[in-house]
This record gives sequence, C-alpha cells and structure tokens, in this order.
Amino acid sequence: MNITVASGKGGTGKSMVAANLAWSLSASDPVTLVDCDVEEPNLHLFFPDGHPVVSPVSVLVPDIDPDRCTLCGECARFCAFGALVAAKDRVLFFPEHCHSCGGCAVACPEGAIAEIARPIGTVTERTISPSLRLVTGTLNEGEVLAVKVIQKAKAAAGNAPWVIIDASPGTSCPVVETLTGSDFCILVTESTPFGLHDLAIAYDVTYQMGIQSGVVINRSDGKDEAAHRFCEEKKIPVLAVIPFERRIAEIQGSGNLISRRDPAWKERFCAIGRACRALWEGA
Amino acid sequence: MIRLAVVSGKGGTGKTVVTGAIAQICTRPRVMVDCDVDAANLELILDPHILERKDFYGMEAAFIDPGICTACGICSDACRFDAIPITDGTFSVDPGRCEGCRVCRLVCPSGAVSMQPRVVGEIFYSQTSYGNLVHACLIPGAANSGLLVSEIKKLALSRNGDCDLMLIDGPPGIGCPLIATITGTDQVLVVTEPSVSGLHDLERVVQVSRGLRTQVSVVINKSDLNSRISGEIRDFCRDADLVFRGEIPYDETVMEAVRMGRPVTGYDAPASGAIRSIWDNLSRELW
Repeated sequence: MNITVASGKGGTGKSMVAANLAWSLSASDPVTLVDCDVEEPNLHLFFPDGHPVVSPVSVLVPDIDPDRCTLCGECARFCAFGALVAAKDRVLFFPEHCHSCGGCAVACPEGAIAEIARPIGTVTERTISPSLRLVTGTLNEGEVLAVKVIQKAKAAAGNAPWVIIDASPGTSCPVVETLTGSDFCILVTESTPFGLHDLAIAYDVTYQMGIQSGVVINRSDGKDEAAHRFCEEKKIPVLAVIPFERRIAEIQGSGNLISRRDPAWKERFCAIGRACRALWEGA
Repeated sequence: MIRLAVVSGKGGTGKTVVTGAIAQICTRPRVMVDCDVDAANLELILDPHILERKDFYGMEAAFIDPGICTACGICSDACRFDAIPITDGTFSVDPGRCEGCRVCRLVCPSGAVSMQPRVVGEIFYSQTSYGNLVHACLIPGAANSGLLVSEIKKLALSRNGDCDLMLIDGPPGIGCPLIATITGTDQVLVVTEPSVSGLHDLERVVQVSRGLRTQVSVVINKSDLNSRISGEIRDFCRDADLVFRGEIPYDETVMEAVRMGRPVTGYDAPASGAIRSIWDNLSRELW
C-alpha cells in the first residue's frame, strides 16, 4: 500500500508522522520510506544508520554547437521560459530557467543543438534495517525542477508492502507529483487557524485527484473543535490526535523517534497504518 | 525602499507570526506581500479588507482540437511532461501536467494544437490597519507558483513603491517560489527552530540566499524547546559569519494570538518582547 503524508502548511509534523509510521510498521512488514520533500529532505536525520548509495538526477539541457549555429535566434524565440537569448556573437543559455522540454533542439533549423545531461539533484538509498529502506530525493541548492527529483525518488522506491511517502509542504506541482499514484493520503494538521486553513486546501487537492484521505491532528492543545468539525463535514476520518508535549518536541527535535523510544507510541503508529489500510480496502 | 523577506527553509517555524508582528510594530510606511502563495496565511492575522482582485494567468496550456487531430501520437511522444495521454483512442492535454512549453504545437504535423490562456490563481490588493497587503491564492494543485510570486512583488512595488519597507512573508523550501521571493531583496531574515530538521534546512536556505547576493540574518523561534540545538544554531551562525538577531521563547500566547487573528505583539507576552527587540536591532541596521 502506498501512503503519502501531506499537509498544506509546513511544520505540522509530516516528517514526524512518516518516520514514526515507517519505523513502527517495519517491525512486522517490509517498508520503503520515501522523502519527496526534495527542497528540504529531513527523514535521513532520524535514521543515522545505513550506508548511503547516491545516484545523480539530471535533466537534459541544450548544448549549442557554435560552428553550426547561425545566430538566427529561432531557439530563443521558441523557448517559453526565457532560458535562451540570442546575442550578437553567441546564444546565451540560463540553465536555471530551462524546463528541459527539448523544444529548442527541435526548433533549430541548423541541427546545431544537442542535449546534454545537467545534474540538478540526487537520489540516495539507505538500508536502515532488513525491513526498512529509506529513499531520499534531494534538489541541489539553487535549482528549481523539484518535480524531476520527485519522479526519480519515487521510481527508485519501487514497490513494497508499505510505501510511505513524505511530501513537501504547500499544494502546488511538487505535492501533486508526489501524490500521483498514491492509494491514500494522511493529512497532518495542527489545531490553529493556519493549520485548518491549509488542511482545507490540501484536502481539496486530494479530493480533486480522487485520493482517499484521513487526518492526524498533531501538537494538539485540546482545542481542536474546528478541525474535528471540518473532518465531520467532509466525512474524513480523524486517524489520531497527538498532543503537544515538550517531551515529544525534544525527542523528535533531537533526531530521535518517539516510536523507537516508547513501545506504546509504536503501537499507536501501527494502528494508524492499519486504519489507513482498512479504509483503503473498504473503499 | 528596503525589501525584507522572512523565510525559513523548514515549514512551520513561525515565519508568518514574525512577519505579522513586524507589520504591526514597524513605524515606517510599509507594504506587506504574502509570497507563500500555495498556503497563504498572513491574511489570517492582518485582517485585510480587499480593495481589488484580479485573475492570475499562468503559462498558456496546450489544447488539441479533436476535429483536426489524426491521433498520430507525435505530440505525446515529444512531450517531456507526460501531459498528453491517450484515452479511448483520443489524445488530450492534461492541463495539470502541461508546462506550456509548446513543443507539441511545434511537432504536430496537422496544426491541431493551439495554446490557450489559463487562470491559475487570483491576486488581491488589500488594506490593513498596518498598510497595504498584496496577497494571492493559487488554485490548489496548480503550477506557476514562482511566476505568481514575481507578479505580486511587482504589484506591490508599482502601487506602494514610495513605502520605506516591503515586508515579505516567504514560502517554505528552497525551490522555485523561494527563489522568486528572495530575488531582488536587500535582507533575508531566516526564522528557524531548534530541531535537527530546522538546522539542516537553515543551512540550505542560507546557501541559496547567499547565491542570490542578499544579506542574511537568523532568529531562533521556540528556542527553549531544545537549548542544545539552539546552541548548535548559534555556533553555525558564528562559523558561517551570519548575523544572529536573537531568540524567541516558546510562548502559548502565540497560539492564542493566531486563534484571535491578531499579531502576537498586540499582547504583553515573552514572545512579543523578544520580537520587538529583534526588530529594534534589525531596523537600526536597515535605516
């Protein structure tokens, strides 16, 4: 089963839920945990063991042969992203604007443009335990094509009885790419108007994509009525309410997992996994 | 005009709380811009009255005319974004995946593809008690968030260019919208939190900011939740030659203020005092 953990608002505890869920489930089943928050991947901080095997992620960018180029400017006129500019004596290329569509090579009447690979990130695989693999997508600093790195990370993850995917915050294209193909989405929220506002947007995305979802209310101070009302209205189950405790903040903040420290938490996270599976199988 | 962006790398560290507080306590003419366009929250504490709204057009999307298309599949093969699937023998464009590159139109031998404008969000120009606010809302799941960020910054500049401060609430992450947010700013204030994730993400956002040649300084929010890592963050700032602006303690008043839809500096609380002294320090340097 393929579960994506998403939230809309950042910092609600997606990584905390994904890491604890994966760790807890891996006690009895093989689990692959995938970090698709490629702009700020953090899951590896909770799993210091495991030898990292790094593969580059590249995109194709134009490589212009100056001997063939006649400076006609067709490539620059075609590029919708402003990545090519025809100057007096050469064509300037701005790689950070290139979306790797390949159009310039097609548009060039002289056949002067070949495409070469340019690295924009990495996918790192780690075996944390015999039943837990971690796959991390990392976008290089200064790059923008997060979606390409997400695709590679998901491809490297492959299939497993449980694939748990950590999404980036927000609701735009990286989140949609991460959610594509998921069986279920856990929406992590917190009991503030910010958390609720962004939960509603994130829920919209899952609803439009036809992906079933459930909610985890994190760092609860007990004043969660609005979040519960929203879930009732939309008929989304509340899978768990995790209270705000300084102890939890300190354990997680230091790179540990509450489910590794405390068997009761491990059982609670296993129960969240079982609830997701039951909802998915029931649908 | 000084352009100050409040960013974080990691989400949920308190960017919006800090931005809302500065909006309230700053005494100079200012305009606020919420560049976290896929989950805009600044409006929830600045209580804006919307003066104007307009549609935001993203990149054009391809459209295949089914009356002309011969289903040869050349466009689908050429599309690098898997945006032209075939269903029941018919090719059509998935607008959610289309990046607007126009390669399909270029390669179509029948001239069946046209590019059409698409609305992917809405831009608002508003009045608040503290000055104008430019904010936006991206259609959930849409692309073009970087483009929208650039648009609303431009709007703020054209309408309120005479202000002393453009105060920007940034998005999390280090990708497209973040780069659009900090491009052209004078100063970036990174709000981090004392956790391994907060520190890790701080390092990455600092690297991106420096690549864009803006001044970077750092505050730690909820600093007493893990004093050991707060120490590591201070060490990192010292070693990386970053200005450390101060710490904000964990304070339940912050949540209370957010629930009331008000800046925390409207309350007499430890977090308010800390933000005031951070702003005193920063504003002395800015002007």
